Amino acid sequence: MIKNGTRLQSQVCDTQVIVVRSADSLDDLRAGGVPMVPIDAEKSADATLDPAFSDGTVMGKRYVDENGAEVLVTKAGAGTLSIGTTPLNLKEAKPLPASD
Amino acid sequence: MSISLLLEMAASSNPDRTAAVSGEIRLSTSELSELADGGAGVIAASGAQHVAYVGTGGVMLPLLLFSSARAGVAFTPLNYRLSKDGLRQLIDRLPTPLVIADAEYHDVVAGAGKQVITSDEFIESARTAEPATEFPDPEDVGVVLFTSGTTSKPKAVELTHNNLTSYITGTVEFDGAEPGDAALICVPPYHIAGVSAALSNLYAGRKMVYLPQFDAGEWVRLVRDEGVTSATVVPTMLDRIVSVLERETIELPTLRNLAYGGSKVALPLVRKALGLLPEVGFVNAYGLTETSSTIAVLTPDDHREAASAADEAIARRLGSVGQPVPSIEVQIRGEDGTVLGPGQTGELFVRGEQVSGRYTDIGSVLDSEGWFPTKDIAMLDEGGYLFIGGRSDDTIIRGGENIAPAEIEDVLVEHPAVRDCAVVGPEDPEWGQIIVAVVVPAEGAAPDPDELRAHVRAQLRGSRTPDRVVFRDELPTNATGKVLRRELIDEFQRSRT
Repeated sequence: MIKNGTRLQSQVCDTQVIVVRSADSLDDLRAGGVPMVPIDAEKSADATLDPAFSDGTVMGKRYVDENGAEVLVTKAGAGTLSIGTTPLNLKEAKPLPASD
Repeated sequence: MSISLLLEMAASSNPDRTAAVSGEIRLSTSELSELADGGAGVIAASGAQHVAYVGTGGVMLPLLLFSSARAGVAFTPLNYRLSKDGLRQLIDRLPTPLVIADAEYHDVVAGAGKQVITSDEFIESARTAEPATEFPDPEDVGVVLFTSGTTSKPKAVELTHNNLTSYITGTVEFDGAEPGDAALICVPPYHIAGVSAALSNLYAGRKMVYLPQFDAGEWVRLVRDEGVTSATVVPTMLDRIVSVLERETIELPTLRNLAYGGSKVALPLVRKALGLLPEVGFVNAYGLTETSSTIAVLTPDDHREAASAADEAIARRLGSVGQPVPSIEVQIRGEDGTVLGPGQTGELFVRGEQVSGRYTDIGSVLDSEGWFPTKDIAMLDEGGYLFIGGRSDDTIIRGGENIAPAEIEDVLVEHPAVRDCAVVGPEDPEWGQIIVAVVVPAEGAAPDPDELRAHVRAQLRGSRTPDRVVFRDELPTNATGKVLRRELIDEFQRSRT
């Protein structure tokens, strides 16, 4: 299972994420329809963004799946985050008032 | 994740936004980021395994937090008000530290066999140093804070990068602030609130306006001049701000949120503040060093609802610390360890990724399921609102009966002739401990001890009536408003002999 704190990048858009809560499902984490790779790995030269997965990611938002996996977007991009072909859901947080 | 990433995200999204203002110094997020890279280079070149800071804070706090993180070493801001010996004892407990001190504290820490440079020298060197960028493991310790040690030797609380970033990402929306939002930071740099303020406001996208030495008049001026939209204060600061607002009519049109915490604020003061600033949303934040800051929040809506409620159960919530934040679980446990239900009073246990519960040389005090014993007496009401009844260490055992001082203090402070009070339990040959109420009279009032005792007796069980009432001009507190109860007990015992 991928380790919490691992940073990953998309091969086909600008998206970068960090794993906040790992789950086995993240082994098949994709962005823009293409598997994400470690932040220091080479990107595949011939991979392209799948138009079916091009809704984009939002900077600073957390995305979750039904297995408890959670990733935080540390750089926004044009691709959709998905586990296999199932898109991750945006985690809606109730805003708390500033307390510090 | 590492706290470095919080700065990286802020700097990449809004490079030109003003991140921090302190006196003459103004840094944008990208300037802060570049300076932190250089600062990391300075730390790495020193060979230090730890960074300690002695000073009043300002931009030095975020700068050293992030410089240390990027150098891959832990950071400890120290209480600059401590004596020379006190400071040296703490510094001696840190592994091979680089000590960075504001010029006025340089002499206090120099000559103790540690590497010492001034804050100005550090900034100068950081501007030209070869940058360093380490990526600490998320489980590495990022910040070590010493507890205030009001009752025992200070303990060194270890907060990992993961503890701190879990708190931030769990409670703060990235870039969630409105453009132009500004936070006024006047909590001490060596307190957990000082550390969390630097992280959360940067992440939320608020300009951080620093007021290193608190002064109520200066606080009001900064709110107006810098267009401050939110601020956090400890009880003594709130008391002084309220005094200024009572003396003269002052508008604070930009201020939307005023958070208070650090220790308990007496209800009459909360009501007075609400009355003086009806447009401001008040926030009561409760947390501990060991929990990486806030774990429960009484929101502005909660305050308004409680303040205007006819239903006693809702009105009482004005004295609560609100509901736990979403990423925290809470339990109230009885003395035998059983989990208690709503309305029952016991010890508060908390669990969550932001909870450290680990101390240098002691290790983790979490139980096998990850619960941290806060040592705070607490109760949850039917709606899940948390009420804190003081430290269990402060419990008075009089004639075999356990008495929480907070219960008596809450009643006493509502008497019109009482401005402030603390209830303590000096030792007594007959009862084990007796109940002594130390009272600060309201301005111009000269309350009669027997009348105050009768006031308590009318509302609480007879065993809660103070045996003695003594008067004082003010209560001794530390910088975060915590009453120094030991001092009051010693004073009382001296007066008896």
